Amino acid sequence: MSSKRSPRRQFLKNGAALAGLAAGAISSPAENLFAADTPATGAEALHAYGQRSHFENDGRIGSIAMWPIVPGARRDYGFRSPLQDSIGIITPASLHFIISHGHEPPDIDPREHRLMIHGMVDRPLIFSLDEIKRLPSVSRLHFLECHGNSATSGPTGDPRKASNATVQETHGLTSCSIWTGVPLSLLLGQVGVQKGASWIVAEGTEEGKHSKSIPLEKAMDDCLVVYGQNGEALRPEQGYPLRLLVPGWQGINNVKWVRRIYVVDEPYMAMMESTKYPSPRLDGKSRWFESEMGPKSVITRPSGGQQLSARGFYEITGLAWSGGGAIRRVEVSADGGRTWKDAQLQQPIAPKAHTRFGLAWTWNGEEAVLQSRCTDDQGHVQPTLNDLAKFWGVGMDYFQLPPATADMGNFNGIQPWKVNRDGSVSNALL
Amino acid sequence: MRYFNLGLALTVCSLAACAAAFAQTPSYSNVGRTPTKEEMQAWNQSIGPEGKELPPGSGTAKEGEKVFSEKCAVCHGPAGEGSQLAPRLVGGRAPLNTPTPSRTLANYWPFATTIWDYINRAMPPKQQGSLSASDVYALTAFILYRNEIIPETQVIDAASLPKVKMPNRDDFVPHELKDIHDLRARGCSAGHCP
Repeated sequence: MSSKRSPRRQFLKNGAALAGLAAGAISSPAENLFAADTPATGAEALHAYGQRSHFENDGRIGSIAMWPIVPGARRDYGFRSPLQDSIGIITPASLHFIISHGHEPPDIDPREHRLMIHGMVDRPLIFSLDEIKRLPSVSRLHFLECHGNSATSGPTGDPRKASNATVQETHGLTSCSIWTGVPLSLLLGQVGVQKGASWIVAEGTEEGKHSKSIPLEKAMDDCLVVYGQNGEALRPEQGYPLRLLVPGWQGINNVKWVRRIYVVDEPYMAMMESTKYPSPRLDGKSRWFESEMGPKSVITRPSGGQQLSARGFYEITGLAWSGGGAIRRVEVSADGGRTWKDAQLQQPIAPKAHTRFGLAWTWNGEEAVLQSRCTDDQGHVQPTLNDLAKFWGVGMDYFQLPPATADMGNFNGIQPWKVNRDGSVSNALL
Repeated sequence: MRYFNLGLALTVCSLAACAAAFAQTPSYSNVGRTPTKEEMQAWNQSIGPEGKELPPGSGTAKEGEKVFSEKCAVCHGPAGEGSQLAPRLVGGRAPLNTPTPSRTLANYWPFATTIWDYINRAMPPKQQGSLSASDVYALTAFILYRNEIIPETQVIDAASLPKVKMPNRDDFVPHELKDIHDLRARGCSAGHCP
């Protein structure tokens, strides 16, 4: 709380100084400038690591589920990012969604941290963080998304279906950053992967030692071992000092606080991947390792819970992304899907990254249903609820079931928002 | 340094031989060090379905019952029935072809090795690493026995654990582990798999 108060105090002091000058009226312009710029006590500390304006107060929200770690200490399972206030495509690290299966970030001294790569390799190696930073680095834009994002069922399903749901509640488990680190292929090249190896198992340092199996082809293709996020070191809750990045794939693959990569010849069926993340079908079978996130988009403004102040011009804007590649096209409908117009895509458009779209729109004061659908460079189009139901072999009633039901991951259906006559905006999915 | 090596290499070997030489030589010298065997063993907690990495030791349900009541029952309940603090470990058997499938250990988990792996890496909270290998074998035996998956007297060890077939092993798509990696061959498309 004190960190919130101090910039406000700073502002009040500067405000008082300005008011005093206005009343004084004799001081020269140079003196004005000097007085207004004189830092109040503590200003240096404030500027050492900047803070946003105290007028800005959007934040992450939790309560996805409670996770009992020890008796008497129930912890939040994860936190959603405030997409309704998102600007451009980069999510500030401080607002990036968090899912750590309820575990708090371990407090890791970067000088002590090590990454070991071993198993079916010619030369097992242990790297310090400094050594990884000596290697050639790359920076890439990539989204991360929890496979449970937007699901109508499971622990994330309840608030998602409410008519007053915000886009934070419906889609807040995705975020996008520019990640800096070393290609995993470079590290695997250093250790020399042996013939017959076909998977890696990545392991974190947190209490539960989250473990995830990833096919070797993917590891060699575009995975990164990253230490940087948006121009600074990873935040603790994002895996400080080192995490795995598995672009376009379910969030669970992106092992945080990564300390070990084990090269093996089959998936190792760790607890999360083999028991929590498979999606049960209604015939009793379960799909596992669905891995890639499909093409998906959502309008962030106007979106659920917002209020249009008057008739007239608004840009409809939102985010689109696909685990299959780059976004090629986004269409927007303002009449419930009867007609569609191509939205403008903002640069940069990177593969497996959020892409910002916009479309000019004039609200005439009547009811309107706004929605977007995207197409990626594989030609795959974001599905309707009907498409999803067909693909999953369920009836449309599936989406109405209570959240305790079979949770189907990778929900990427089209999201409609209804603009009501009074300018309020509500969730029109169901 | 790399240019020098390249020039030297070109003068002493044919192109084909060079390719082999480069494949064997790390390009970034003195970055990373070789772990000792002890380090690799100490760090390696991963247990796959074949159980290749399972350590020596063994346990039975009876031995496991004692460890369970001391270390696990406080959260998972005296009979593994679960509580607000931790999921149930015993029971919950029911058909899965319903919109509300019972995803309990006995009803859903495909591999018994996962039980060993997860207890060993993550349990008990705040005291990870406090259980011996034989404790973990015994706890695994106890849970499997209480779920009527193995008889009470069966000894669980590195040889027997991977052979335990979990009730739901055959209800995952694709069934074979070797078929999982190839999303295209599985018919997955645009983020969804059949």
